[in-house]
Amino acid sequence: MEFAELIKTPRVDGVVLHRPFMPTVEGTLCLTGHHLILSSRQDNTEELWLLHSNIDSIEKRFVGSVGSIIVKCKDLRVIQLDIPGMEECLNIASSIEALSTLDLVSLMYPFFYRPMFEVIEDGWNSFLPEAAFKDLESMTDEWRLSEVNKDFSVCPSYPPLVAVPKDVDDDTLRKVATFRHSGRFPVLSYYHKKNGMVMMRASQPLTGTNGRRCKEDEKLINATLRPGKRGYIIDTRTINVAQQAKARGGGFESEANYPQWRRIHKALERSNVLQESLIKLVEACNDQSHSMDRWLSKLEASNWQTHVKEILTTACLAAQCIDREGASVLVHGTEGTDSTLQVTSLAQIILDPACRTIRGFQGLVEREWLQAGHPFQQRCAQSAYSNSKPRQEAPVFLLFLDCVWQILRQFPCSFEFSESFLVLLFEHAYASQFGTFLGNSTAERAKLSLPEKTVSLWSWVNRPQELERLTNPLYEANSLVIWPSVAPQSLLLWEGVFLRWNRSSKCLDEAYEEMVHIIEYNKELQNKVNTLRRQLAQLETEDPLLQTP
Amino acid sequence: MEHIRLPKVENVRLLDKVSPRRSRVGTFYLTATHSIFVEDVAGVRNETWVLHSLVCSVEKQSATASGCPLIIHCKNFQVHHFVIPLERECHDVHLSLLRLSQPESYEELYCFSYKPNVNDEEKRQEWDFLDLKADYSRMGLPNSLWKLSPINQHYKVSDTYPADLFVPESASPPVIVGSSKFRSRGRFPTLSYYSKENHAAICRSSQPLSGFSARCLEDEQMLEAILRSNPRSDFMYVVDTRPKLNAIANRAAGKGYENEDNYSNIKFQFIGIENIHVMRNSQQKMLEVCELRSPSMSNFLEGLESSGWLKHIKAVLDAGIFIAKAVAEEGVSVLVHCSDGWDRTAQVCSVACVLLDPYYRTLRGLMVLIEKDWVSFGHKFTHRCNHQVGDPKEVSPIIDQFLECVWQLMEQFPCAFEFNERFLITIHSHIYSCQYGNFIGNNQRERIELGLRERTHSLWSYLWTNQADYINPLYRPNHSQTQGLLRPSTAPYCFKFWRGLYNRFDRGMHPRQSVEDYLSAIQEETQQLEEQLASHKQKIAQLEKEQGWRSVTQKAATFDKSPTAWVRGNDLALANTPQDYTGGFITSSPCQPKAPDSSLILLPKDLNQSSETSLSNGSDQESGIADLSCRSPLSEDSPRDPDSDEAAYSAA
Repeated sequence: MEFAELIKTPRVDGVVLHRPFMPTVEGTLCLTGHHLILSSRQDNTEELWLLHSNIDSIEKRFVGSVGSIIVKCKDLRVIQLDIPGMEECLNIASSIEALSTLDLVSLMYPFFYRPMFEVIEDGWNSFLPEAAFKDLESMTDEWRLSEVNKDFSVCPSYPPLVAVPKDVDDDTLRKVATFRHSGRFPVLSYYHKKNGMVMMRASQPLTGTNGRRCKEDEKLINATLRPGKRGYIIDTRTINVAQQAKARGGGFESEANYPQWRRIHKALERSNVLQESLIKLVEACNDQSHSMDRWLSKLEASNWQTHVKEILTTACLAAQCIDREGASVLVHGTEGTDSTLQVTSLAQIILDPACRTIRGFQGLVEREWLQAGHPFQQRCAQSAYSNSKPRQEAPVFLLFLDCVWQILRQFPCSFEFSESFLVLLFEHAYASQFGTFLGNSTAERAKLSLPEKTVSLWSWVNRPQELERLTNPLYEANSLVIWPSVAPQSLLLWEGVFLRWNRSSKCLDEAYEEMVHIIEYNKELQNKVNTLRRQLAQLETEDPLLQTP
Repeated sequence: MEHIRLPKVENVRLLDKVSPRRSRVGTFYLTATHSIFVEDVAGVRNETWVLHSLVCSVEKQSATASGCPLIIHCKNFQVHHFVIPLERECHDVHLSLLRLSQPESYEELYCFSYKPNVNDEEKRQEWDFLDLKADYSRMGLPNSLWKLSPINQHYKVSDTYPADLFVPESASPPVIVGSSKFRSRGRFPTLSYYSKENHAAICRSSQPLSGFSARCLEDEQMLEAILRSNPRSDFMYVVDTRPKLNAIANRAAGKGYENEDNYSNIKFQFIGIENIHVMRNSQQKMLEVCELRSPSMSNFLEGLESSGWLKHIKAVLDAGIFIAKAVAEEGVSVLVHCSDGWDRTAQVCSVACVLLDPYYRTLRGLMVLIEKDWVSFGHKFTHRCNHQVGDPKEVSPIIDQFLECVWQLMEQFPCAFEFNERFLITIHSHIYSCQYGNFIGNNQRERIELGLRERTHSLWSYLWTNQADYINPLYRPNHSQTQGLLRPSTAPYCFKFWRGLYNRFDRGMHPRQSVEDYLSAIQEETQQLEEQLASHKQKIAQLEKEQGWRSVTQKAATFDKSPTAWVRGNDLALANTPQDYTGGFITSSPCQPKAPDSSLILLPKDLNQSSETSLSNGSDQESGIADLSCRSPLSEDSPRDPDSDEAAYSAA
């Protein structure tokens, strides 16, 4: 079969593995179709199991007859393998290169992976649009679930079921779809229970240079407004970029045709700029020089923190329009599959306490990213170390996770999950044994039969032992809207991802354990005291004398 | 009082930096010690107190239609923007404040008029709370290698050194005196820290008066004696904390550094920490960045970089690490100096001590360390902190940098320190506030002449009494992180901007929930639970015993049971159900961070409450959390209402 052809040398003995902040390990290196494995064949020593799909790029170095392969991973880890024998080293290197860049989705590991755990709940069915709509129905009857995209013909990147205003029929939707980029007509993203305001998302309207208009589009979005109320359109592009889009058939909603809407332009960057930013940031973090000036100027030049700030600010603005202004909001950029989703999903984290639970957050990722058609496969094909020219790669989802982390840092007790859940999602978006992040849309996932052929990440996560690991010990449900600070002083570098492999985390891990210990001990005492209280109460009732006054 | 030109101004506005709409109108009072702003709202006593001695600068801007702005910058990095209706009034307040904030004599300082309710006996005990001799005996001194020398008893040898100094056993008085004559300000090499495990010591001095070629036999003998006091080592380090160029320049003035050829068995090393002027400008630049109104990320990072502040912090920490490693890992003694040996030397010696000795990472230990390496060794607090009118070129945030180094270490070793960030910030405030006598004067001799022990109060015992506020919940004395030498990473990305200090009063920038306060609350509850557990156990044992006895002596049993004990038990049990705890959490500290401890300085105790109200004023009444949520409507005609803090989100 194909894999065997790519593996010229399946096994090498005497390979030495170097990892930062860990002791070196000597052992046998094995290549399988999907993994790079290093085993010392001794008990109690850690083995390395690395998915080929996690490898972003490799470098070869030779000193005498010992070759070294430096493996740079999509999770930003860098390891070094010292391989005795020139030929073995070259063979291993070319195999890794070939195996880590397989283009065919159906050869990916999730199609071969068989779970070693019992699936309690099939994650592929955990977050179906029908279920989400049931929740909506319990709050309002102004929306309906349309099957217009049942066969993905109206909008290839939308799921088969979408929530739209009740009074808008499927024919109208079809017409609107022709007026929006890639058919992404406005759909419901979030319903704010407190005041009935909504957030919708779409792609840009195809007004073109001659100002084409579409009555149905106007009707659709106006249907979400209360009588006499105005709404806000948040365009994630600057006015200039939006203007330029007209020349390519795109555009934005003009005041004349959408008098009930006020447009706000923000400046969220597009994918290639973001990829560039990630590469620069990771390079800065890996810079070995000890110069403070160099570090700060590289950090600044990467612009990563700027993107975090801009995205978070835009999400806050959307949330503010809904919660504070009592206005409905439509969010779009160009395609409506990237910055739009960052804004709509972060706004929900701010507004909706349910999204701050583990399950709620999974639901959010499903709804606003996977089902909403964020092209994970394209965006996460390469990470910061890739040597190949970026095609459509961009850390759009990673930036979203970074923003969530920023809010988590500011409200450390308001999230049911801990930072490790966010790191886990980052890892699995780029390389995973699960099928969740394969494909670019629901249509592609259906075509690949992912639900039938692969295991869902959620199946694995939603088991007691995993949930426990991802739970934030500080969590106290907070039913309020949480407004993060977006001042530069408040936004930190996400060390858990970007410095994860560059510094020892021992002391911070110990502090975390200590924190867990303090909380656990308190719970334990509470239980003990309660038991004793019951015992006392029992003794009391047994004691006839105490019942007499 | 003669400096107060205008004791009271009405209709003054106190602006809110983040959201001008939240500015307040009230009456401005000038007293001998404070400026007090009282908001005109019926029923609420909302007051802002600004201690004159904390005022760093007062700036009167040109009058506008709405009045004349007066901006007060404080040494604790708080900024107050007042608008005074009439230019003439503003002028008077400005002149008064200029004078009041720049005392011309020590007698005017706040510590001499600050009179908490403490009797003389207690006051004496306050000053006896810390005893440096006890710290030296903790180190195992005096011993056969180091002795307490009486040579500086009357500050005759060096008037900026303390009276009690430890010197090598073999250093005779003529050697000490000879060496002192060869050192700037007579600051001869003397002991700062001694490691009893391996006999290595940290010594400190000022620069030698070596010029281009001068030598001093006694000074060479002095270093030889230090080397001999570390029997296991055959050399010692001499660390000059200055950049090499600065040290070379000093040679022209007859000063300079040790020539390795003249001293036997020394290894000489430059460490390149910049001087007080560079540090002052650097902090000034950084503070300008902190005060920018809605800066972009690039503005902030560029500003932080060009201020150079973190670079200087790293340099100080790097130097401390060099010395700590020499002592702990090589067992080699180190002599540290800079120019006069009271700025960089104090920083570097004290940072090394924090790294080396877990004791200095405790509440009491840090106080002892500041008392030892800073106060007693003559860091010029009056000059550096600008306590009174003086040469602005003498002002420099040298002690700030030490406190920040400790904070940076706390970030890397969260379990290693007994105290929390609030402790450092409180010490910082009081170094500048002049409320306590500890940091008045430039050296021990001056402090004795001023009679500070008799006439003022000590911060240390105040902090000790309130230690519950300053305990790090993650600290455990037996934790592995707590033990031995700390080995911090000094990669540039390990240094963070200290928002908690420099943007301390910009509440909106801080996390809205504090993990530390949450854990402290839990620990407090845990303590109560432990007590309850014990009392329940006791009661159960008692009850069981009684029930056993009842058949025999029923009457005695009933007699023993006091009904109140039961009521109390039930109450406590009820108070500790999870639901109750949640309620407590939402209304108490973790959600709304504790009032900054400035209230402790700025406000007499009974006024604390009002400061709390003023703090919660800004927060969203509904969520109890957000600053930013209290925003103006997005008006229809203007996309950005310039008067609203919404700019925070929609700007750019």
